[in-house]
Amino acid sequence: MIDIKHLSKYFNDQKVLDDISLHVNAGEIFAIVGHSGAGKSTLLRCINGLESYSEGNLSVLGEEVKTLTESALSTLRSQIGMIFQNFSLLNQKNVYDNIALPMKVWGYEKEAIQKKVDELLNLIGLEHKKFTYPKELSGGQKQRVAIARALTLNPKILLSDEATSALDPNTTKSILELLQEINAKLGVTIIIVTHEMDVVKKVASRAVLLEEGKIIGLGRIEELFLKPDEKMMRFLGEDEELPSEGTNIRLFFPSTVSYQPIVTQMARELNLNFNIVWGKLEKLNNHVVGSLVINVDAQAANAVTQYLQTKTEVIWEIL
Amino acid sequence: METLVTFFEKSLAMKSVLIDALMETLTMSLVSTFLATVIGFVLAIILITTDKNGIAPNAYTYKFLDVTINMLRSFPFIILIIVLFPVTKFLVGKHTGTFAMIVPLTIGTAPFIARMIEGAFKEVDSSVVEAAKSFGTSKFQIIFRVLLPEAFPSIISAITLSLIIIVGFSAMAGTVGGGGLGAVAMNYGYYRFDGIYIFWTVFILIVLVQIFQSIGDFLYKIIKH
Repeated sequence: MIDIKHLSKYFNDQKVLDDISLHVNAGEIFAIVGHSGAGKSTLLRCINGLESYSEGNLSVLGEEVKTLTESALSTLRSQIGMIFQNFSLLNQKNVYDNIALPMKVWGYEKEAIQKKVDELLNLIGLEHKKFTYPKELSGGQKQRVAIARALTLNPKILLSDEATSALDPNTTKSILELLQEINAKLGVTIIIVTHEMDVVKKVASRAVLLEEGKIIGLGRIEELFLKPDEKMMRFLGEDEELPSEGTNIRLFFPSTVSYQPIVTQMARELNLNFNIVWGKLEKLNNHVVGSLVINVDAQAANAVTQYLQTKTEVIWEIL
Repeated sequence: METLVTFFEKSLAMKSVLIDALMETLTMSLVSTFLATVIGFVLAIILITTDKNGIAPNAYTYKFLDVTINMLRSFPFIILIIVLFPVTKFLVGKHTGTFAMIVPLTIGTAPFIARMIEGAFKEVDSSVVEAAKSFGTSKFQIIFRVLLPEAFPSIISAITLSLIIIVGFSAMAGTVGGGGLGAVAMNYGYYRFDGIYIFWTVFILIVLVQIFQSIGDFLYKIIKH
C-alpha cells in the first residue's frame, strides 16, 4: 500500500528525514511515533505530497509521489484522507458544508453529496449538529467532523497528524474508537502520527519510532514495547533498577500466555525461591501482554531457563 | 433667541445646496469604493497567490506589485489628484467635477483596499488551506472555496473602513475642483467665511460616517460565524 525506500529530506542543510525505509500494509493501523521535531509529521506529509522529499522513493497505491504531475497528485490525494491536530475546519461553513466540501471540489451531484454527508453524520454520531457552526462544537466534535470530511471521497488511506493531541483523555479514547471502527468497518488503512504512547498502544498494530529523522525502532508494537532495546528504553524514558547479584532473567508473556499461572507453577515444580524484581503489564490493541524480571541464584539459573524452554511458551532472556 | 432664528432661516435656505452636495459625495464615494474594491480584490488575490508562502509563489510578480502599491500609497492624496489630472482628463474628458474625481479616488484607494484584503486572506489559518490541499483541491478552488469564504467577514470590515476613508478623501477632492460636501465647505464656508455652511457639511459627514460604520458592523455581525 505504501512503500518507502531510503527516503531522505533536507530543510536547507539540515537533514530532517534520514534514510527512512518502511512498508505499510493494506488495512492496518500504523503509527509514526516520536518526540516533537523528530520528523514524523514531515514523513506523514510526504505520503500525500504536502511535503517533498530530496532522496529515495515513496510509492503510495503504486504511484511514485515525487514524479506525479499536479493533476495526478490531486487524484492521488482524493484517495488519501487527512485529519489534523487543530481540526482545520472552515469556521464560516456549517458542519454539513464542511463535510460536503471535498465532494463539491470534485464536482459531485447534489443528491450524491447529501446522501454521503448524511451517512457520515450517522457514522460520527452528529446528525443533530448538521447545521451547527464549528465554533459551537467541542474539540471532540470538531475532530469527528474533520474525520467525516476526510472520509467523503471514500479514501483507501487515512492520515492522522496528532489528531488527539489537543483533546482530553476521554475524548481521545472516543476518537480512537471511531478510528478503529473506520478501520474495521470500511477497511481504511490508517497512519497515525503521535507523541502519545497510549495512543499507539491502544490502536496501532505496528509502529515506527523516529528520533532526529532516523528510524530507531520498527515492528509490531508488542515487540517494540515489551522487548525494547536500549534506544527504545531511552525513548520511552524507562530504566530498570535491577539487583547486581545473582542472575536476572526477563520473561515475556505474549497475549496467549498472559493469563496462565506460569511463575508460581515454576516455583513449585522446581522447588525454588526467586525474587520478582521488575515487571509490567500492558494493554496493547486490547490484548494484555507483560514482562517480568526475576532474580535467582547463579546456580539455579540453569534449571529455570531449562524449565522455561521446555515447559512454557514464554520468551526469555538473561540480562 | 434672535440668533437661533437666523440660524434656522439660513440653514433652510442652504437646504438644496447641501442636498445636492450630499448626493455628489455619495456618488463619488460609493462608485469609487466599488471600483477600488474590484481592483483591490484582484490585486489582493495576485498578492496572496504569489506570496512566498502562497499557493503559487512568484517573487518577481509579488515584488513588482508590492513596490507599486507602496508607491501609490505614499502619495499625499491631494497631490495624487493633481498628478493624475492628465489621466483623469484622458478617461473622463475633464479633470474637475464629481465624475472626474472618481478617477483619483479609485486609483488612490485601490492599493489601500488591496492591502486590507490581502491582510484578510493572510488571517485565514494556513492549516485550513493545507486540509483543502489534502483532499486534492486545485489552486483556483482554494482561493474561491476556502480563502474567500473564510476571509469574507474581514473583507466586509475592510470595505467599510475604506468607504469611510473615501468619504473623507472625497471631501478633500472638493477643494481641488471636485464637487460634493467638501466643495461646499470650501466655497461657501471658507472663502465666504460662512460658519453655518461649515457646521452643516461637518454635521452631515459625521452622520454619514456613522451610518456607513453601523451598516458595516451589522453586516459583519450577521455573516461572521
